[in-house]
Amino acid sequence: MARAARRSSATQELEVIAPSKLAIDNVSKSFQSASGTVLALDRVSLNVAEGEFVCLVGASGCGKSTLLSIIAGLEKPDSGTVLADGKPVTAPGRERLVMFQEPALFPWLDVFGNVLFGLKLKPNLSRKDRHDVAKYYLELVGLNHFEHANIHELSGGMKQRVSLARALAPNPRVLLMDEPFAALDALTREQFYGDIQRIWKERHKTIVFVTHNVREAACLGDRVLLFSPRPGRIQDEFKIELPRPRDINSVDLAAYSSRIKKSLKILRQSDTVARE
Amino acid sequence: MKRFLLSVLFFVFLLFLWEMAFRAKIWSPVLLPSPEQVASYLKGATVDGTLLHATVITMRRLLIGYFVGLILGLPLGLLTARWNLFRDTLGTMALGLQTLPSVCWVPLALLWFGQTEAAMLFVVVMGTVWSVIIATETGVRNVPPIFRKAALTMGSKRLHIWLKVILPAALPFVVSGMKQGWAFAWRSLMAAEIFVTILTGFGLGQLLHYGRELSAMDQVIAIMLVIVVIGLLADKIFFSPIERFLHRRWGTSQA
Repeated sequence: MARAARRSSATQELEVIAPSKLAIDNVSKSFQSASGTVLALDRVSLNVAEGEFVCLVGASGCGKSTLLSIIAGLEKPDSGTVLADGKPVTAPGRERLVMFQEPALFPWLDVFGNVLFGLKLKPNLSRKDRHDVAKYYLELVGLNHFEHANIHELSGGMKQRVSLARALAPNPRVLLMDEPFAALDALTREQFYGDIQRIWKERHKTIVFVTHNVREAACLGDRVLLFSPRPGRIQDEFKIELPRPRDINSVDLAAYSSRIKKSLKILRQSDTVARE
Repeated sequence: MKRFLLSVLFFVFLLFLWEMAFRAKIWSPVLLPSPEQVASYLKGATVDGTLLHATVITMRRLLIGYFVGLILGLPLGLLTARWNLFRDTLGTMALGLQTLPSVCWVPLALLWFGQTEAAMLFVVVMGTVWSVIIATETGVRNVPPIFRKAALTMGSKRLHIWLKVILPAALPFVVSGMKQGWAFAWRSLMAAEIFVTILTGFGLGQLLHYGRELSAMDQVIAIMLVIVVIGLLADKIFFSPIERFLHRRWGTSQA
């Protein structure tokens, strides 16, 4: 009896939950640097629908990662608000999990321990539930045989898979991805494009994905937002209306990415002119 | 196995050299006893219990002092890492006192505590605590900020972050500080025992001291050997397994 109840709570934990919508309104953020005050974000407003996959593209240092940190609740905006499902974001929380560019995995835990970390912080889960859930996500990212591997033994791609499993395990409503594939080789990255689209569909998450790779953004996003640097603003927006799953090497995709690149180029030129 | 055999062979060879030097009669047998004489002292001291008794007394002082040092040093190290107020005060003091050879605490300990166990304990604690504070602080400061961020997003907070993220992340540093603290404690205790006779117990250092007083070179060498063996055992039994674990998990280089 008790066992049946427990099993059902693991099943419950693995249920696909409603993704959340994000409303970012007039968010500004500046930093002090050696050369003075840098306006990283200048009155940025953005709405992300439930279950939408949004990609933020821009040159490095354009504030897109800062925006992601603010959505995560890791940084506070100077002004403006971020609402997740209508509630203001004031602190980090497991409804919005982040996957960083570096794997940020804990080297003192093995693969399984890393995936369990966030689950242990969730109340009302028995030991068995946590194990079942962790196993499920490791399988989802294709690492079911590496449960007890040490982190330093994994390749860069495998580390990011563990990272993804760790971020997915507490069943967040929003997944924030900060250039997660930037440090990987091209072949490994292409495998991820297929996997992330499959997982997004299966687990039904709202995803905000930061990258400086235009083609990657066009391949993954429902929408691609172009950021301009100093001050960080959303300059342009592209709706990608291609069927999924999308192949990074498809011709249709190339057409989209060249349009985005053109806009990016105009942006760079105006930026250079402005600075001169 | 091959490596073990090589070690054994090496030490047998050293014994052989020693025996040769003794037989060549270059030095007076008072200054250089034979391996056999040293062995017979060890046997005698083992049988009559002197050796075991002295070892127990020394180890008790060392272990109690060492653990007191750890228990004080770890939280103080965390404090200095967490708040600049502690870093600029306690941290600076720890840095200064760590450079002080721990045997320098002996005169002060004697004047403060007299010829008591407390004096011994004090010297060992002083040998341990500063290294542990500094290593813990360095370890905590070297924890990549991204670990904290990742933990925060997963719902980890204050105490949980410290216990489950920052402390384990700092472990390689903490262990090397513990090892250094152990070495300092061991050295300072030996120095203290050689300098000071304490009526509550004769440790290994005191046996060494009386060996000198009586010009009993076999005793001096035998006790030195025992001290070396204890140091080796501490490393093999206590620190090596921890370091092997760190190496396996972190992929850090083996010391």
